[in-house]
Amino acid sequence: METMTGAKALMTAMEKEGVKQVFGLPGGANLPMYDEFARCDIRHILTRHEQSAAHMADGFGRVSRKPGVCFATSGPGATNILTGLATAQADSAPMIAVTGQVPVAMIGRDAFQESDIIGMANPVVKYAFQPRLPEEVPEAVKKGFYIAQTGRPGPVLLDIPKDVQQNEAPMDFPDEFKIQGYHPWNDPDIASVEKAIDMLLNSEKPIILAGGGTIISSAFAELQSIAETLMLPVVTTFKGKGAFPENHPLSLGPIGMHGHAEANKMMTEADCVLAIGTRFSDRSVGTFEAFEKRLKIIHMDVDPAEIGKNQTTSVAVVGDVRASLRIMVKLLLQRSVKKTEDSVWIKHVRETKDYWKENLKLHPGEMGAAKILRKLRELLPKESVVTTEVGQHQMWASLFYDVIQPGTFFSSTGLGTMGWGFPASIGAKVARPDVPVVDIAGDGSFSMTENSLATAVLEDIPVIVFILNNSTLGMVAQWQRTFYDRRMIGVDQGGCPDYVKLAESYGAQGIRAQSMDELDKAIKSALSSDVATVIDIPIDPEEDVLPFVAPGTSLSDMILPS
Amino acid sequence: MWAILSILVENKPGILFKVTHLFRSRNFNIDSISVGITDNENYSRMTITTYGNDKQIEQIVKQLDKMIDTVEVKHLDEHKTVFRELCIFKLKLSNANDSMEINKLANAYGGKVHDVKKDSIMVELTATPHQIQAFEELTKPFGIIDVARTGVAALQRSGA
Repeated sequence: METMTGAKALMTAMEKEGVKQVFGLPGGANLPMYDEFARCDIRHILTRHEQSAAHMADGFGRVSRKPGVCFATSGPGATNILTGLATAQADSAPMIAVTGQVPVAMIGRDAFQESDIIGMANPVVKYAFQPRLPEEVPEAVKKGFYIAQTGRPGPVLLDIPKDVQQNEAPMDFPDEFKIQGYHPWNDPDIASVEKAIDMLLNSEKPIILAGGGTIISSAFAELQSIAETLMLPVVTTFKGKGAFPENHPLSLGPIGMHGHAEANKMMTEADCVLAIGTRFSDRSVGTFEAFEKRLKIIHMDVDPAEIGKNQTTSVAVVGDVRASLRIMVKLLLQRSVKKTEDSVWIKHVRETKDYWKENLKLHPGEMGAAKILRKLRELLPKESVVTTEVGQHQMWASLFYDVIQPGTFFSSTGLGTMGWGFPASIGAKVARPDVPVVDIAGDGSFSMTENSLATAVLEDIPVIVFILNNSTLGMVAQWQRTFYDRRMIGVDQGGCPDYVKLAESYGAQGIRAQSMDELDKAIKSALSSDVATVIDIPIDPEEDVLPFVAPGTSLSDMILPS
Repeated sequence: MWAILSILVENKPGILFKVTHLFRSRNFNIDSISVGITDNENYSRMTITTYGNDKQIEQIVKQLDKMIDTVEVKHLDEHKTVFRELCIFKLKLSNANDSMEINKLANAYGGKVHDVKKDSIMVELTATPHQIQAFEELTKPFGIIDVARTGVAALQRSGA
């Protein structure tokens, strides 16, 4: 056993976990761990706000499927990461947040920059540790990384008092450990999978609903195999967007409040759904009762608590969804099930899809959202990673940006955190420096974490920010137009700031695109740029996101463009 | 439905907070709670009683089970369980006969009488919440000064 400080033990334990970089901001209570950066190979990426550090770690984690790490100091540093933790928790993203804390003897005495971050963060983390002795640090790190990335992933908080960082102790770095009350993975029950297959085969209008869990467990090949073998149309939740290639003939795209018209239509007509890694959130299924009335639900999820939480299921398969789908693939092969003929249902699905492809009314202007996002899709290599902010642009991305390579689209779907997309794109780019990374943004959401431009420029992380700029908090404005008789309160951004100048002031490239021709050039310039690029695209502030399922209504009550 | 949940947890600081927080954040209610260390000092047992329909109780159990600090979560069938609560009543003595009457009631419920004063008396009762409720109704006419209840402790019967 080597004697070292708690701070050194933290860095050593993280190196053992394969951590290559940390996103963070130093302060009084985490200086001992910061000092260790001078003596280890872990890269530090400085952010201008702790919330952004958390979102960067989150973006890194979602793309690499390994926990991203962020550091913050005690007190306000720690409270600033709460939104980041809650975002990661809502979307089951693996993440490790390490906060400094006042020395053990000062805890509970309202010391300077003391906050009870363990108490505050408890409801928004998968687990939290506060080692009280330096020798407890290695095991806390080991367990933290294990918990964050196993089962249903989530954020883990390590809150380390300053004296625990500073003091020395003989350190043991265990390979083995036991967490008695934690059972991240159940073995899927084969009989239930058999039952699920029978149910799908005996239904007239079966459909697959792929949720975010499909992406988290990388079950892309299995999903595609089952869809093709059983000739099942595939809809996704918004979080599951891109679990299945959206240019596939069986793909209908996301369902939900701003789902694709054909997806919502077919979801409401189906009589049996194979739901994979989804919690049936209200934004996806509308009113719960209407959704389950006619529908037999087969629910696969890694989290037993999701079974029956929002929907009553006919068959439940608990376990990693990739493992469950693999069993299904194997059983289908054993039974030699292979559908080739088009059923009445699948013909109807195709016709509906074709109809909406032709007939969904789009914004008539040259710079309508659909045209802009289709142009982006056309010019981006299919392996590019896209993140989004939160708002109208996010829903337009869901509608008009087709994900072709599975697992390349990420968004704050559960918590709906404005300001997530840009820092998350920086984390994503660190995880995948070999591919273009684009944050599809709105002006309102981008402005919440725009100072991450400093990180992108100074740390040489050339992401592309693609702003659909209506100078409005557009989604709120749309609800005010729709439900509040056009009383527009608190939504006007007044054309401030000038995003081209803002980008330039940080040393990034700023381009304004006011026509399709300019947009084409701007995207190409951004793709070949060595520095981060902000593309500012002025759009019509009156453009609504349609279709629209009003809150508290059913998917069948979709409002369509008139 | 009234439900008794028995939760074996790791005996570490902060777990009670997490369990009670879970009830609050998931919109469930705690009817009563009792916590104590088990024969193994590494574990504590919490007994929580709550109300909800089948689906809600199932969801509470699953959410508790999902918690990393819980080792075992059981929804106990009250017909196959020994469950008791300790309650201490402080009652008024107004008339000469009150003390005798209360003594009789206490005996009938297997209670013990303590701290008999000129104008007050205390009764210690170990019983089911239902019996405690009944005792409370019967002693109300004397005037209840104070009540302290521990919440239910419960264990499943062997072989149940």
